[in-house]
Amino acid sequence: MNDIFEGLAAALGLIVALDPDLIEISARSLQVSLTALVIACALAIPLGTWLAVQRFRHRRTVIAVLNALMGLPPVVVGLIVYILLSRSGPFGVLGLLFTPTAMAIAQVIIITPLIASITHQAMRDLWADYHDLLISLNTTKWQRVRTLIVDGRRNLLTAALAGFGRAIGEVGAIMIVGGNIDHATRVLTTAIALETGKGDFALALGLGFVLIALALLVNIAIHALSRTESEGRW
Amino acid sequence: MVGLLPLTLTAATVRRRGKRLLGPLDLTLDQGGLTVIIGPNGSGKTTLLRVMHGIERLSSGTAQWSLPPAEARQQQAYVFQSPTMLRRSVLQNLRYPLDLLGHPRAEASARAADWADRIGLGQALDRPATRLSGGERQKLALARALIREPQVLFLDEPCANLDGRATRDIETLLLAVRATGTRIVMATHDMGQARRLADDGVFLRGGMVHDSNRAPSFFDAPKTPELASFLKGDIVE
Repeated sequence: MNDIFEGLAAALGLIVALDPDLIEISARSLQVSLTALVIACALAIPLGTWLAVQRFRHRRTVIAVLNALMGLPPVVVGLIVYILLSRSGPFGVLGLLFTPTAMAIAQVIIITPLIASITHQAMRDLWADYHDLLISLNTTKWQRVRTLIVDGRRNLLTAALAGFGRAIGEVGAIMIVGGNIDHATRVLTTAIALETGKGDFALALGLGFVLIALALLVNIAIHALSRTESEGRW
Repeated sequence: MVGLLPLTLTAATVRRRGKRLLGPLDLTLDQGGLTVIIGPNGSGKTTLLRVMHGIERLSSGTAQWSLPPAEARQQQAYVFQSPTMLRRSVLQNLRYPLDLLGHPRAEASARAADWADRIGLGQALDRPATRLSGGERQKLALARALIREPQVLFLDEPCANLDGRATRDIETLLLAVRATGTRIVMATHDMGQARRLADDGVFLRGGMVHDSNRAPSFFDAPKTPELASFLKGDIVE
């Protein structure tokens, strides 16, 4: 129990002192995960919506695979991205390994299926509601997808936040492709793993509380921006 | 404007899961007027309307407009029994069909506001459509269907569950629309409404056209005993 209080004290100390290292790694955490989130949303939201609207032969299989990929082990994703980006790998020439870009790529792979799957679930219900009207109005496939995305944006927020939550808290993949290099690729989660390994529980816990606070702040900020709770429920 | 009518159904049949829902049925829809489709529950009224509109797949037979199917659909509108409200404001619901066709924003908004006035929702442009009452929803759905100025309008029980005033508002609107030459086809359970509005009537029973005639003979001198007893309010299956 004592360790936890020491951790809280350490966290407060770091925040009050505006510890430059803390600010640097927190900012990098946000930068990597938000970049991954934006890219993953751009891919997953149209994909999930399209899967709700379009009927084709192997649709069920695709959706089952997508749901299975939600449980993709980050370590394995990290390993595969590592192999692809390493000097001898197909994308080695780009020199991306051990950069924040590589970490964002790994996180995109991890959270895209999650966001796509939640999007699909939400859009399926909305589509059942809108189906007859949009067919009757002679809409194109693209108009249907756009209408669903616009009108289902609040559900999409949930999908995006779930994706962000998974990305910001993820350690396995970014540890492997980022390498936890100080002042280059160290983020909150990898720093926590490092401090725990070194036995500095107070600092590790302090970083942990900062991470939780950060995740909460981003959630609240996004909710406030989109005014989910204050406006009428759609 | 290129004429859309007549619509000719030839041996149109709809089967779902081995059950015959409609037909085989031959029917021609000519220019002008308001056709009322009546019949007991499950007699195929909704299926017939959807077949005409082209949103229900035919198992066999044909439904032929005098235009190619895609163009024909563009000239029609359909109001569903439980109208779908887009999760948007009243104004955005009304202008949505115009937005789809790429009308300029200002023009679409102006036309939508004009229609909102006509259905008594002029003060509620920014209200979420999902919060409207049943009658307001029905009127909004009707206005949204009419905003593209369709040649043919299908209505599936537009006044189910509505009180007298809302029903009268909708009927007034329908008569005004008919006067502009729009062809209206409407399914209803309300015999009083059928008598008030119909130029001709179709009586469906078991997925088949059992009786049809011009009004008022359709109501006053039914050709079949089943229609006679249905109009009297007896239970016909």
